Order: sequence, then structure tokens, then C-alpha cells
Amino acid sequence: MAPKEQPIEKRTIAVLVDNEPGVLARVIGLFSGRGYNIESLTVSEVDPESQLSRITVITSGTAQILEQIKAQLGRLVPVRRVSDLSMEGPHVERELALVKVTGRGNKRVESLRIADIFRASVVDSGHEHFVFEMTGKSEKLDVFIDLMRPLGLVDVSRTGVVAIARGPKGL
Amino acid sequence: MAPAQLTGAEMLIKALVDQGVDTIFGYPGGAVLPIYDALHLQNSLRHILVRHEQAAVHAAEGYARSTGKVGVVLVTSGPGATNAVTGLTDALMDSVPVVCLTGQVPTHLIGNDAFQEADTTGITRPCTKHNYLIKSVDDLARIVHEAFYVARSGRPGPVVVDLPKDVLQAKSRAYVAPTAVKHRSYRPRLKPDREAIETAVDMIAKAKRPVIYAGGGVINSGDRASALLRRLVRGLGAPCTTTLMGLGGFPASDPLSLGMLGMHGTYEANLAMYNSDLMIAVGARFDDRVTGRLDEFAPTARKIHIDIDPSSINKNVIVDLPLIGDVGRVLDALIKAWNARGAKLSQRALKAWHKQIDVWRGRDCLRYEQGDKVIKPQYAIQRLYELTKDRDTYITTEVGQHQMWAAQFYKFEKPRRFMTSGGLGTMGYGFPAAVGVQIAHPKSLVIDIAGEASILMNIQELSTVAQYGLPVKIFIINNHYMGMVRQWQELMHGGRYSHSYTAALPDFVKLADAFGAVGMQVSRPDQLDDKILEMIETPRPVILDCLVDQKENCFPMIPSGAAHYEMLLGPADKATKRASEEGMVLV
Repeated sequence: MAPKEQPIEKRTIAVLVDNEPGVLARVIGLFSGRGYNIESLTVSEVDPESQLSRITVITSGTAQILEQIKAQLGRLVPVRRVSDLSMEGPHVERELALVKVTGRGNKRVESLRIADIFRASVVDSGHEHFVFEMTGKSEKLDVFIDLMRPLGLVDVSRTGVVAIARGPKGL
Repeated sequence: MAPAQLTGAEMLIKALVDQGVDTIFGYPGGAVLPIYDALHLQNSLRHILVRHEQAAVHAAEGYARSTGKVGVVLVTSGPGATNAVTGLTDALMDSVPVVCLTGQVPTHLIGNDAFQEADTTGITRPCTKHNYLIKSVDDLARIVHEAFYVARSGRPGPVVVDLPKDVLQAKSRAYVAPTAVKHRSYRPRLKPDREAIETAVDMIAKAKRPVIYAGGGVINSGDRASALLRRLVRGLGAPCTTTLMGLGGFPASDPLSLGMLGMHGTYEANLAMYNSDLMIAVGARFDDRVTGRLDEFAPTARKIHIDIDPSSINKNVIVDLPLIGDVGRVLDALIKAWNARGAKLSQRALKAWHKQIDVWRGRDCLRYEQGDKVIKPQYAIQRLYELTKDRDTYITTEVGQHQMWAAQFYKFEKPRRFMTSGGLGTMGYGFPAAVGVQIAHPKSLVIDIAGEASILMNIQELSTVAQYGLPVKIFIINNHYMGMVRQWQELMHGGRYSHSYTAALPDFVKLADAFGAVGMQVSRPDQLDDKILEMIETPRPVILDCLVDQKENCFPMIPSGAAHYEMLLGPADKATKRASEEGMVLV
């Protein structure tokens, strides 16, 4: 019999790994191989000297699955530390988006006006287009992108979420 | 003095020797020619030439599991590596320390679809504990030493080291000794948490119906862990059951032993688990073959789980107290804490518990009827056990009914005597594993208990045993069927025996003869002992083809998706208890 239904929770997990070839494939392969969800995933080297990379992954599952995800991540040889930011106190999440809007006349003016309200900055512009850069919570990016849709939205590129715990302590 | 300049291949050999390796199992090919050349020019390492790369890995597993050392495999690129995948997965599932060296096309050709190129690190990523692609000869020694450290530390497992041919031919002075290498991050936790140990003592002290459930982790942790397990079980006076992987971790002849538990476990073991009020899982992982239906698994038991792998905790069964660490160290700490506390179980409760267990034992769940015409498979293994138990014997098995009968009827007293494919269930495992065991223990009696279907999956290794004069014995429980498939078809698929009968079996006696081994056959119960003794006494590889009852089923059996108390005890049981629909989905 299948285990009893448990509520699905969403978590933001930070993983500190040795920056070696294949480490991202190991993490992604773990999620796909064991049937876990990935809602967002970002990775970048954060300490070139000690060759450490930090992966931020947003995942969802039952409490038991989420415990498994953390334990399985911890089991990978190049993984140094796994931190469940959602559970370990308050944290900040941010995402960056580049949004291209193409249009003329009123629509063009309107897109600039909304960008101003959202504190998005213009990083490229021409007579018929803007590229906006915007940083914030994912939900805020969603709203901005939705507003741009009728104004000539042609392209979106998002980084995925990065996150860090609030307070003085490091990972 | 500057260190000598070595080629990558020479450096590899030196690294293996410095790691204490004496034997490697392999098969040559283009990409590993430099290694074979270096092997040719030295005498410290013995290379055993197998006949298929899958067999090389199983042989290394047999070597590793029977000795406690790391098994070493050497195969070429492309098909050499892909053929090794089944063995690697097997080693991962059963936590066997193996280092598998794979050849690779030269670095400048990687990614070009070169001849015999495969993305070996990509393919083996999910079926190894870790893997490496060596891109520079200067990294070679360090990575090889790291691979051994990773393979044997923590929960053991297979590690692949992929070696491009140009790296093997390049020269360097960058050799480093094993002692100079420290992995930069991998430090498995070995020591248990002190507070948790004290909590465990509290929990155990309150138990009225305790049971100890021991798995392969007891054996992997070393002989001392088995000794400590005996001390704990006897000290508490609690019954102990073992998993398939744990057989031998606790002596089968001990009065406190309940035998194996799980799908084909004993009645007393499964009912003791179901009715217990305290369970101590020792190096076991609550596999689905052990737990049966999860929501009815030991519902009244408080559970303590000792394991070195944190991901084993709460994976299938939620436990009350995890004790993460090396089984030996945890048991040591637990026994010390128990004794220091002067704790004792309630003797009255324990007596009642044992009385109940004796009632279950009284069902004699492994009973079978041996007539005088046809050999029953259980009888064949029981006789094999009786006639070999006083010798220095190692048993391997293939996968299926014969494997379960071996687990039920061959009583193991010591760890590292039983090698079987538990997690992956790899048909074709037993014979090459026996090759590895025999290489490690040349004077011992090594027997592969096989089925006639499984043995055909790596039969080519007869050529290996012939070449090295290995006196491995293959004891075939021959019922002409893929017996376990047939059993499931009978019990769950209306007796529709789809493709489970082997219509064109070889003549195993002639087959043995063709490979230079000795072939024998037996079909009558009154001749069984003589044939087994003849097999044992023949100082050469032997196949004993034992023709048994074709329709015998393996009982007890918990149908998949059923609970521990829903065991089928024999053919008469099956009419009343049917597998649930949910159970039919399960494997």
C-alpha cells in the first residue's frame, strides 16, 4: 500500500560543494534518478581559492521526502554541507531577470513607466525595444513579467533563486 | 633526490601496490594496453583474466566480501566499461568496496565519438559511490588513492576511475604515497552521538518484547562488529533475526537466532518483528523485501536504527531513534552504556516473549516432504550443508528460488561466508563471485549454489576457472524453470507460465567437460550424498547438476504488498490468501 498522504511542502536548500567536474550533474542526476522535484536551481563558484561552489535548489515534497533529499545530497562525495534555509530560520531569496520588450508609441512609454515603479533598470535600449534588468523575489518578477506581456514582451531570461540566511552566521 | 619519472600506467601499478592490492580482475583492450604492458613487466600484482567484464566486477565483489578488502577491476573503454555497469550497480546496492579502473580514449578524442568511446563517468555516475576522469598524469596517483579511500570508507561502494590512454602514456614525477593523500571533504561520521546512546539504553530497558534485526552493515563493519552483536544479543537475551545480507553476522545455531526475516524469512522471525515492542535495526536498511507492507510493519515497536548512512534513516520506515555511525563503534558504545547503567530487561516479560516465539518456532515453517523418488530442492541444500558445514566453506549464489533456499537451509555461523546478490538481484552473480572468493581463499571449499537459468548468464567463466585451476564447485538446483518467475506466475498470474520454462537446456555434464571441468549429474535422493561428497573431494572445478522437483515452491512467502503476519506457509495456504491488487504492482 502506498504511504499515507502527507502535505507537500516547499523548501529552499543551499548546498556547498567542491567545484569539481560533474558535481552539478551528480546533484541533478540525484533529483531525476530518485524522482524528486526541482523548482529552481542555481549554481556558481563562490570561493575560487578553496574551489567551493554553492548550489541553491528549491524543491518540494512531503516532510519525509525532504529529509531524504537532504540526506541523499549529503551522501554525495563532493558535497560539503547541506543547509535547509526554510527550516533554519529567516532567509533572503532573490532572483534576477532580464526582460526584453519590443514596441512603439504608448506601449513603449507604458513599459518604461511600469519598469520605473518596479525599480527595474534599463540595460539596453533602441527605438523599438528595451531590455530591463530586475532583481527581487520571484513573485515580484512574475508580476512584472505579466505586466509586460501586453506591452510587447518578447524574451525573458531568469537566473533562478539564490538565497542566504539572515543574521551574522555563515553557512 | 627527485622521484623517478614514471608513465601513468607505471604510476597506476605503483599506486595499487602501495594500496596493498595483490589481485586484479580484468580484461584487456586497446585503451588499457599501456596498463597491460606495465603489468607484464612486474611481479607484485596478479591479474586474473576473466571472460566478460561483468564477471570481473562480480569476481572483485566476491574477493572483497570474503576478505573485507577492496576488490579491483581493470577493463577497457567503451564496451569494457558498459559491460561492467551491472556489476557496479550490484556493488552499489550491496555496499561492496570495489575500485574499477576503466580505459578511455585519449583526452583529445573525448567527445568525438571515437572508436570504443563511451561517456563512462556519465554512464556510471548513478551506479557508483563516486567516479573520476583523470585528465592529467600529475593527478593520477592522488586520484587513485582517493578512490580507494572513498570505496572503503563510510558505507562502502564501487568507485570508477576513468583513465584516458594518453594519460597512461604520459610521464611524470608527481607520484604521491597513499599517506600523503587526504580527501578534501569526504569524512563519513563513524562515532555515535553520546546522548542518543543514553536514550537508546532508556528505550531498551523498558522493552518487553525486544527483537534485533541485523543486516549487511554488521558484516561490512568488520568481524569485531559481529562479535559485539553476539555480545549485545546474548547480554540482553533478546531474539535476533538477520537479513539476507546479514546472514553469518549472527550465528545461525545460536538459540537466540530466528533465522532470516522478510519475504522468504521464517515464520518466527516475521512474527517476532510484527509483535515486538522494541526493535534494534543494526546496519540494515528496511528494504521492501524485509518490511512487506509498510503501514503494517512492526506497528507496536519503538524503533532504534543503527546505520552509517544517514540517508538510510527514515527512508522507508520512520524510526524513533537513529544512531548514526559505524555499527561496531555504535554497538561498543551501546554495550558500555548498558553495562555502566547496570540495566536489565524484565526477565518475566522476556520469558513470556520467548515462550511465544517458541510457539511460532513450533510451526516448523521450513518443513518439506522428501519422498524417495525425486530430490526436493530444500533437501539438496540441506544435505549440501550437512556435508560441508565442518569444512572451511564459502557459499555464493545466483538469484531466485535456489538463493532463498540457500538462505533458509544453509546455516552460517561466521561473517563473510555467504556471498549473494541481495539488492540488485543479479542472475549470473554467483559463479564469478565464487571465482573471486576462490582466488582469495585458494585452499577453501567454494561452492556456487546455482539455478540452471542463472548459471547460463555467466557460464563463460568456466574458461577462467579452467585457466587458473580454480576448484570452484557449481551446485545446480535444476528444475528446468526460472523457478521464482514460475512461482509468481503460479501464485499471482493464474498459472500462465509465460516464457519461464527453459526448453533447450545444455547437457551440463558435457558442458563441464568441454571447458575442462568435471561434470556430474544426480537425480535420485539416495545418491545425493555420494555425489555431493564426490564433488567436494574432486580437486578440480566441478558442475554437479542436481535434478530436483520442478514444481516445488519456496515457502514461507509474504506475497508482495502483504504484511508480516500474512505469510503463506505452504501450497495449501495459497487458496485462502491472495496478493492484493496493490501488491500485484510491486515487484
